[in-house]
Amino acid sequence: MQPGAISGSKDANKGRWLDVGFRRLSVGSAVLVLIILVAIALFLLQQALPAIHKDTANFLTEQQWRPDDTPAVFGIAALLYGTLVTAFLAMLMALPVAVGVALWLTQYGPRALARPLGYVVDLLAAVPSVVFGLWGLIYLVPKMIPLSAWLSTYFGWIPIFKSDAIFGKSIFTASVVLAIMVLPVIAAVTREVFLQVPRENQEAALALGSTRWEMIRLAVLPYGRSGLISAAVLGFGRALGETIAVALVLSANYTVSAHLLTPGGNTIAANIANTFGEAGSLGRGALIASGLVLFVITLAVNFGARAIVARRREFTAAT
Amino acid sequence: MAKRIEVSDLNVYYGAFQAVEGVTLTVEPRSITAFIGPSGCGKSTVLRTLNRMHEVIPGARVEGKVLLDGEDIYGSDIDPVNVRRTIGMVFQKPNPFPTMSIYENVVAGLKLQRKYKRPELDIVVEKSLRGANLWEEVKDRLDRPGAGLSGGQQQRLCIARAISVEPQVLLMDEPCSALDPISTLAIEDLMQELKERYTIVIVTHNMQQAARVSDKTAFFNLAATGKPGKLVEVGNTTMIFNNPTQRATEDYISGRFG
Ligand SMILES: Nc1ncnc2c1ncn2[C@@H]1O[C@H](COP(=O)(O)OP(=O)(O)O)[C@@H](O)[C@H]1O
Ligand SMILES: [Mg+2]
Repeated sequence: MQPGAISGSKDANKGRWLDVGFRRLSVGSAVLVLIILVAIALFLLQQALPAIHKDTANFLTEQQWRPDDTPAVFGIAALLYGTLVTAFLAMLMALPVAVGVALWLTQYGPRALARPLGYVVDLLAAVPSVVFGLWGLIYLVPKMIPLSAWLSTYFGWIPIFKSDAIFGKSIFTASVVLAIMVLPVIAAVTREVFLQVPRENQEAALALGSTRWEMIRLAVLPYGRSGLISAAVLGFGRALGETIAVALVLSANYTVSAHLLTPGGNTIAANIANTFGEAGSLGRGALIASGLVLFVITLAVNFGARAIVARRREFTAAT
Repeated sequence: MAKRIEVSDLNVYYGAFQAVEGVTLTVEPRSITAFIGPSGCGKSTVLRTLNRMHEVIPGARVEGKVLLDGEDIYGSDIDPVNVRRTIGMVFQKPNPFPTMSIYENVVAGLKLQRKYKRPELDIVVEKSLRGANLWEEVKDRLDRPGAGLSGGQQQRLCIARAISVEPQVLLMDEPCSALDPISTLAIEDLMQELKERYTIVIVTHNMQQAARVSDKTAFFNLAATGKPGKLVEVGNTTMIFNNPTQRATEDYISGRFG
């Protein structure tokens, strides 16, 4: 029998080897990422557990942070509160504006202006956070004093705006700096997402007689939904973990206070940056324990977002 | 309620480039008018000017008049949004909203107009899907993604979506060019039913299709690349296919083109 056109050694094709090679490479990279993640978690646990063991207070509910005292008293409550509140407030301020910016850049703005401004947003997203921190400290903090005073005078009856001391270096100020910092990040990603919306879908909406805003609601926002969630998670993650910008604009203390304009408050990341240098061995363990908490929150936020995205998977663009 | 469209002296430009020159034609209500001609001669361009969809393209503009039952759709007090609600469109590539179910796709346009109660929507969904000959195939899975249907079903879903708002005119830009022959026949049959109620304009590159479905045929041509497309002649389909007055039409119809 003559060998046919499709016979021959399976391994003779060069492309096949490349194929196998790439598969191994990608599996290897995925495994490597997992190993690194597990290694970080194990390291944090191994450093943190002995310190938590020596803690004479309840680590989860205690507000004070005096790990190097004897006996050691420290807890995550105030830090966790400050971390979550600053990040949440920052998202509350940044997300709507960022989506608005992305919509303007992709849907409303004249092309000649939208394109260069899009690059500017991308650039802003790449500015190091220390720059935002310094700007916040030197420029924003003094400006926040009159604003905080005004808020507390007219809205002081709402607990979060009540304040006896106005000093500018408050949770509120930190949130504003964070908001300004994550805004270009979210806007840049969201802009990319909105640019991917197929033209056919936008035309379908317009041909049904929708106004531009209705077209955005019919075609752009639903299509961009999962990308928008990813952008929000990215921004939230940056706000949660932001260290230097918060450390610069916050006058740190360890209390849980609903009065967001009052000086004080702290976040996990800023506390690590501010105190790691002078911390004793127990202090370091305690700080690593707080880092572990931050790690867990970040993971939880990511998984939560994935779950939301997955819920309507069949209805996403990837069909 | 079908309406008559009268186009007179239409010029269409994309920026500085003139794509179409001097088109004058009348589209009768309750009939199917087919636009045929070589690719690039401006069929889609003219079609899109009939419901102002060309305005979506930056730089596109028209000169001339388009009257819908005597009313100038380019009048200064006319909102293009209202024009498009009255004159629906089906595109070459089926484009159901990928994030929506079959049901949501059908009522997407309707929900823009006012609040509807669920039972009202149910009625429109069934009526529109029946109108698009799709009801029997999808009635048990209305909550499934519209994008999960076959190409032909998606196109009929798009037709259902377009007729759910009860337009007066339906514009179709090569609605079958991405479909298999069976789906194509299904849509051609559907067009025969739809023309009882609507004015239909269809662009097609398939001459057999034009001959099969249309009452009137308009033949567009291009003098040379870079030149604007022109309407060569328009008339009853049987006349255009059997007895055209222009040499270019005859050449194109008989396949002796170019
Ligand atoms: N969005 C656009 N921008 C610029 N030129 C266009 C655009 N769409 C179509 N044209 C040009 O207009 C002419 C007519 O195109 P079209 O109406 O799509 O032709 P047809 O549908 O008959 O194939 C072509 O020369 C085409 O290149
Ligand atoms: Mg075309």
